[in-house]
Amino acid sequence: MPMTPTTSPLLTREELDAQLGGAARAWLDEALAEAEHAASHEPCEQPGGPYAVPSWELRYAAAGRYCGLEHADSVRALLLVEAHAALPALTRLYEQGTAAERRAVLLALHRLDLGPTALPLVEDALRTNDTRLVAAAVGPYAAAHLEAHNWRHAILKCLFTGVPVAAVDQLALRSRGDAELARMLGDFAAERIAAGRSVPADLTRVLDLTVPGPAAPTEES
Amino acid sequence: MRIFDPHIHMTSRTTDDYQAMYDAGVRALVEPSFWLGQPRTSPASFFDYFDALLGWEPFRAAQYGIAHHCTLALNPKEANDPRCTPVLDALPRYLVKDSVVAVGEIGYDSMTPAEDTALAAQLQLAADHGLPALVHTPHRDKLAGLHRTIDVIRESHLPPERVLLDHLNETTVKDARDSGCWAGFSIYPDTKMDEDRMIAVLKTHGTEKVLVNSAADWGRSDPLKTRKVGDAMLAAGFSEDDVDRVLWRNPVAFYGQSGRLQLDIAAPEPLHEGNSILRGGE
Repeated sequence: MPMTPTTSPLLTREELDAQLGGAARAWLDEALAEAEHAASHEPCEQPGGPYAVPSWELRYAAAGRYCGLEHADSVRALLLVEAHAALPALTRLYEQGTAAERRAVLLALHRLDLGPTALPLVEDALRTNDTRLVAAAVGPYAAAHLEAHNWRHAILKCLFTGVPVAAVDQLALRSRGDAELARMLGDFAAERIAAGRSVPADLTRVLDLTVPGPAAPTEES
Repeated sequence: MRIFDPHIHMTSRTTDDYQAMYDAGVRALVEPSFWLGQPRTSPASFFDYFDALLGWEPFRAAQYGIAHHCTLALNPKEANDPRCTPVLDALPRYLVKDSVVAVGEIGYDSMTPAEDTALAAQLQLAADHGLPALVHTPHRDKLAGLHRTIDVIRESHLPPERVLLDHLNETTVKDARDSGCWAGFSIYPDTKMDEDRMIAVLKTHGTEKVLVNSAADWGRSDPLKTRKVGDAMLAAGFSEDDVDRVLWRNPVAFYGQSGRLQLDIAAPEPLHEGNSILRGGE
């Protein structure tokens, strides 16, 4: 079951081709061709009524059964990139997706030319208590686009739900000199101590990163 | 004793139940979509429910070391409400999801024409998607309802070995088994079946293609009834292999026809400071 709150690196097409068996490779070729076709033939309206689903989106759902569940994230991300998935399709796939399908949308956002328009999906994931979604939401796309208040709350959410802050992209860069984040972390630590509970090691780690100036640690997680 | 509860509505249950089920030996379950007690008024309400069965509920179950799968459908009761029937058009996009292992619960409630339509349409959806079907048999006018259900299944493209007829009892078990379908029994504190009656049915009809479930939901019910049947079987002289067949291998074989069962769930990870569902502040 996909319970690991950190996420594995996504495989490239070449890496997938090297790892997949013949039938899975053929399925992937067809799926990517359908996605590419959909990208170049975007219909003005959704044909077939409000509940019709383009075939490449059905493949997006079934990817794990054909290419192995361990490759589902990579295959789904590739389909999104190959389809040049725009915000309406991404939103549909996210809103209609299982937790695993939603996670793959989140993992692919930074590879699509979206600007900050997909932030509502990230913010939705950060409102959940599903650690798989929270971990996927704090990747490169959030690092680039999530505004300061929501980003700080994302860090706190990780600490609250046990998502390792190693999952947070650009943690050191965005934390450096963030006095408000330092205050929030300090308050959280005080609340834990007042309740007789331990302070998570990750809290201390992030607090150290909030120190201003070039002396702060710069290594990325 | 390893247990697969093939029919339980965990949405209505607490984390205490998950813990007790794990302690009793439950390692896998199937949650069929059904009526929530309060009638729904729009397809969107179904979609949020389906999303929960595909997202949050498996997450909760996994924290207790229990593999969670689901069956999705428009239930028989709400098939009569025209505000809800557009769900049938949206089901194809849900039936391709990884953890959907059957179409269900479908079947009859009051045996209306609208229920005829929904049952036939959803048996076809199961055939189209390579899925088995979980068929609820009605509480009222049960034997007549069973016969009508079997007639509709015979007219469908779904072979009987891909159908589980559920909520059977002494009056319906023989005809259900003669139909070639799998036979499901729901064990309840008051209604449906109890452990002793279940033992009698097993002695008469054997363990082949028989499934036992708790069907626990928001009403008076007990998520540990599967374990209690297992204990009652052993006390009545059935072997451990018989128990394993009824409580594990039969549900695995039935839902395994979907090709989508994932039973290799990891042992529960250490819970966050002894807590489970992390709403924050634990």
